[in-house]
Amino acid sequence: MLIPEDLKYSEEHEWVKVNGNMATIGITDYAQDQLGEIVYVELPAEGERFSKADAFGSVESVKSVNDIFSPLTGRVAEINDPLVDSPETINEEPYGEGWMIKIEMANKKELEDLMSADEYEVYISEETK
Amino acid sequence: MRKELLLFEKSSPGRRGASLPSLSPEEQGRLKLFPKDLRRTLPPPLPELSEPEVVRHFTRLSQWNYSIDTNFYPLGSCTMKYNPKINEEMARLSGWVNSHPYQPEETIQGSLQLLYELEHYLAEITGMDALSLQPAAGAHGELTGILMIRAYHQSRGRPRSKILIPDTAHGTNPASSTMANYQTIQIKSSTEGRLSPRDVAAAMDDEVAALMLTNPNTLGLFETHIKEICDIVHKKGGLVYCDGANLNAIMGKTRVGDIGVDVLHINLHKTFTTPHGGGGPGAGPVGVKAILKPFLPTPLIEKRGEVFSLNYNQPKSIGKVQAFYGNFGILVRAYTYIREMGPEGLKRVSELAVLNANYIRKKLEGTFDIPFGQDILHEVIISDKTLKGTDVKTLDFAKRIIDYGMHPPTIYFPLVVPGAFMIEPTETESIETLDQFCEAMLSIAKEVQETPEIVHKAPHTTRVGRIDEVKAARELRLRYSHDSSNKSINKP
Amino acid sequence: MRYLPHTQADIHKMLQEIGVDGLETLFQSIPQDLRLKKNLNLPPPLDEEELRHHITRLSQKNIIDSSWISFLGAGAYAHTIPSATLSVASRSEFVTAYTPYQAEVSQGNLQAFFEYQTMIADIFDMEIANASLYDGSTATAEAVLMAQRLSKKNTALIADSLHPEYKAVMKTYLKNLNIEVIEIPSSETGTVDRELLKKSLGDNVCCFVGASPNFFGILEDFSDVAQCLHEKNALLITTTPEPLALGLAKSPGSMGADIAVGEGRSFGIGLQFGGPSLGLFTTKKQYVRQVPGRLVGETVDHKGQRGFVITCATREQHIRREKATSNICTNVALCTLYAAITLALWGKEGFQDISKINWVRAEKMKQLLTSIKGVRLPYSSPTFNEFVVELPTQAKKIIHAMRKENILMGVPLHTWYPDRENQLLMCVTEKHNEEALQKTAQTLKRFL
Repeated sequence: MLIPEDLKYSEEHEWVKVNGNMATIGITDYAQDQLGEIVYVELPAEGERFSKADAFGSVESVKSVNDIFSPLTGRVAEINDPLVDSPETINEEPYGEGWMIKIEMANKKELEDLMSADEYEVYISEETK
Repeated sequence: MRKELLLFEKSSPGRRGASLPSLSPEEQGRLKLFPKDLRRTLPPPLPELSEPEVVRHFTRLSQWNYSIDTNFYPLGSCTMKYNPKINEEMARLSGWVNSHPYQPEETIQGSLQLLYELEHYLAEITGMDALSLQPAAGAHGELTGILMIRAYHQSRGRPRSKILIPDTAHGTNPASSTMANYQTIQIKSSTEGRLSPRDVAAAMDDEVAALMLTNPNTLGLFETHIKEICDIVHKKGGLVYCDGANLNAIMGKTRVGDIGVDVLHINLHKTFTTPHGGGGPGAGPVGVKAILKPFLPTPLIEKRGEVFSLNYNQPKSIGKVQAFYGNFGILVRAYTYIREMGPEGLKRVSELAVLNANYIRKKLEGTFDIPFGQDILHEVIISDKTLKGTDVKTLDFAKRIIDYGMHPPTIYFPLVVPGAFMIEPTETESIETLDQFCEAMLSIAKEVQETPEIVHKAPHTTRVGRIDEVKAARELRLRYSHDSSNKSINKP
Repeated sequence: MRYLPHTQADIHKMLQEIGVDGLETLFQSIPQDLRLKKNLNLPPPLDEEELRHHITRLSQKNIIDSSWISFLGAGAYAHTIPSATLSVASRSEFVTAYTPYQAEVSQGNLQAFFEYQTMIADIFDMEIANASLYDGSTATAEAVLMAQRLSKKNTALIADSLHPEYKAVMKTYLKNLNIEVIEIPSSETGTVDRELLKKSLGDNVCCFVGASPNFFGILEDFSDVAQCLHEKNALLITTTPEPLALGLAKSPGSMGADIAVGEGRSFGIGLQFGGPSLGLFTTKKQYVRQVPGRLVGETVDHKGQRGFVITCATREQHIRREKATSNICTNVALCTLYAAITLALWGKEGFQDISKINWVRAEKMKQLLTSIKGVRLPYSSPTFNEFVVELPTQAKKIIHAMRKENILMGVPLHTWYPDRENQLLMCVTEKHNEEALQKTAQTLKRFL
């Protein structure tokens, strides 16, 4: 299971990559593995605003729908449009081309609530027990 | 294995498969008067085939289905029992099939009498006071029932806002509640798989319009505390809705109408042997206690002396739920079945359905984990615990059952049992068939340990192998494309 | 009992295996005080011959004979049904199969449903069709719900010329969901009043629902309406209770419809006293995620062979539960099979031919009737196979008199419109030959 060192992680299995005031968000390798083959992705519109823990989109496998929750408060600056036509990218490259949205953070303090790679590793090992 | 081209791929311009009246020269002339601006420019590209080609096409397709008439079909919650042939003959009587819904009432007395009597039979079987036969299916019955509950509360001031639904419920329950503009509140089942009065009491307030339960529930268990639960709900002014999907387990044994349920729907395509038809049509009559009778859909069927009539004069009715009077052709079949079985026969049906399920439970319990196996009625739910430590999943196991010539049980439902298999044998299966099924289950359990790759790739004996559902969902090819050039690729 | 295979010996053996002393013990989880203490009060069982006799007699209390001439339509049209349809669709491999959730053992049904979806989409000239809803009325209500989900707007405009029962069903479905329904009146000619429609077309309108043919049989082109609606980001929904018209008349797709629904009874299902029916539902592919009901898609198996499977199921109640696009589960699959077989037999030419015959014969009947003194057609707009006739006297009197001559003259409009005492709705199809039309006109003349 890949858990890159330079990212932050949420309990809902999203990863966050911070670049200045901008945060890139996707789902973790563990999450994509649990979901199975993803067949559809629903993303928000650019400009939409979300509070921490709001559902900003969803991913579907053949037999399940899962909401994706925003780990941070902010405004959607960019969405990864190509995912709509090739949702399998999330399975193939969850931390790369499979990113979902970029948001302008409204409250950088919220980053402190996220886990480090080591903490996330412990978190999922407990969840799978 | 042999392939069957699509109708469109077999089509040859100029062929036809129907004998229709032809237009006289005068009629041909008149046709020119059809207004140009309303005329269709391109006719629909329907296939062009002769009658023998069409007949052979669909006959072949039929042979690629598993069906009750060809295979054991123990789908939990679906009650796939044998569908009597006499039902079909009776439904096809010309007096029924050629009747128009708007004929004068004096010319449809037979239809009205059948509906009237069927309503009363179903009321007697369930203990309800009145029924509407109009809903087209179980979920449609649910919507009708919930709308009546809404109208009832509305008539007393306000509709309230919530419906309580146990975590073992069919997906239609919350979906129907949403369509009636209620918020659904999920209640956890207790460790014994039943609703606990304490949990219901804790969730119950004056915003709850109704508790929607299934009895027996989807774990195959009778809700033993139902009476107490109904009292709790009623004390707070709520109503109790019962999903009657599992009525096959309790006919002649108990009646939910006698024990506090206010609204109930029945699936005639489950308990009352009307065929499933590959997904419908069914019928989902709704029964109510007297307090809800004013809200039933219109029209009601009434009897004065020996004359039957339709009454539309019901000011408090929720209105109409579909055009005309329901799925009449299906109702004839259910009527036929009830008249053949009689009261003792229906009771025997439930007894043997329960006997069959318990026999399977007993035969499988040594090998499989049956988390709520105590006191089951008509169905057995096993978990995927026996698959732990292997990479075989519930789906793989189910597909392997096909290779043994049987339809797999319902899988991954109810949601409270991990990797569930839900087995409902019904009463129309013999002990020999049940033995064969159990042997197949035990044999596959062995294969999971010894030759898992066989199970993984199952089924091996069907026209097509494991279907790629992911590709289907990603590409969404929902129709034939007439300009597609892949015609030749698919030639056998 | 013939459907129950258990012998006494079987029961004994099974009880022993389970380890209980009797069948009653298996029901011990039902508390004693809740058990039914009496026998069900139902009629005693009948043997096969008694059963056949009883139900046949009951069916004969319906007085309708193939020698009668019936002009009843109003949403349920009697058309010719090919013998091959009945024969093939009655095969028990179709009749006694469940919903095709296990694709590998349901390829027959799945391929047939895929073919059905294609033919229905083609008839409506729309991109995709679902695998059916209950009937035309519920399909219309579901279409409005879908338009509301797509647009997030809460006012639905509907033509007042929709079938009264469709309007009633829509009201039942919509009234609790905060969707306001505004009826748009018709002009004198029987088509939707465009000025009034435009006046009601505010920013909160999610859709307009129009019918062609409408309840009065009138054909109407909604292309101009589609344009107005689209400018306001609202959808055009058409509902077609008699889709046989589409062999001759302009299709919903070519009018710019966003959702086109209808009733498929005319495609081989038959009258059956009004049910089961066949709810047709078509739309644009871009809206697929909001479609109610089942969809079948093409794919391959692990060897690459073509196969079919239920797809896009995450919209449905068994997965999405309270957020599903509809609560529908059981649909009317077997009726779709009847339709698929019938449409395949009629084929491209037959479908157009049967549509043409309906129109020319209805026109002939109009001609014969209007040549009778005092009989007139209140609407000037073109119709398909059904039209309103105004008599110089009460329609119900004439209906009664004609019935004595074994002619069911039509549906009296005063049933729904109390001020239309003299009007009736008559439907003429390929089942009415020249002789039947002449006889009807002559008989009517006698009574007027």
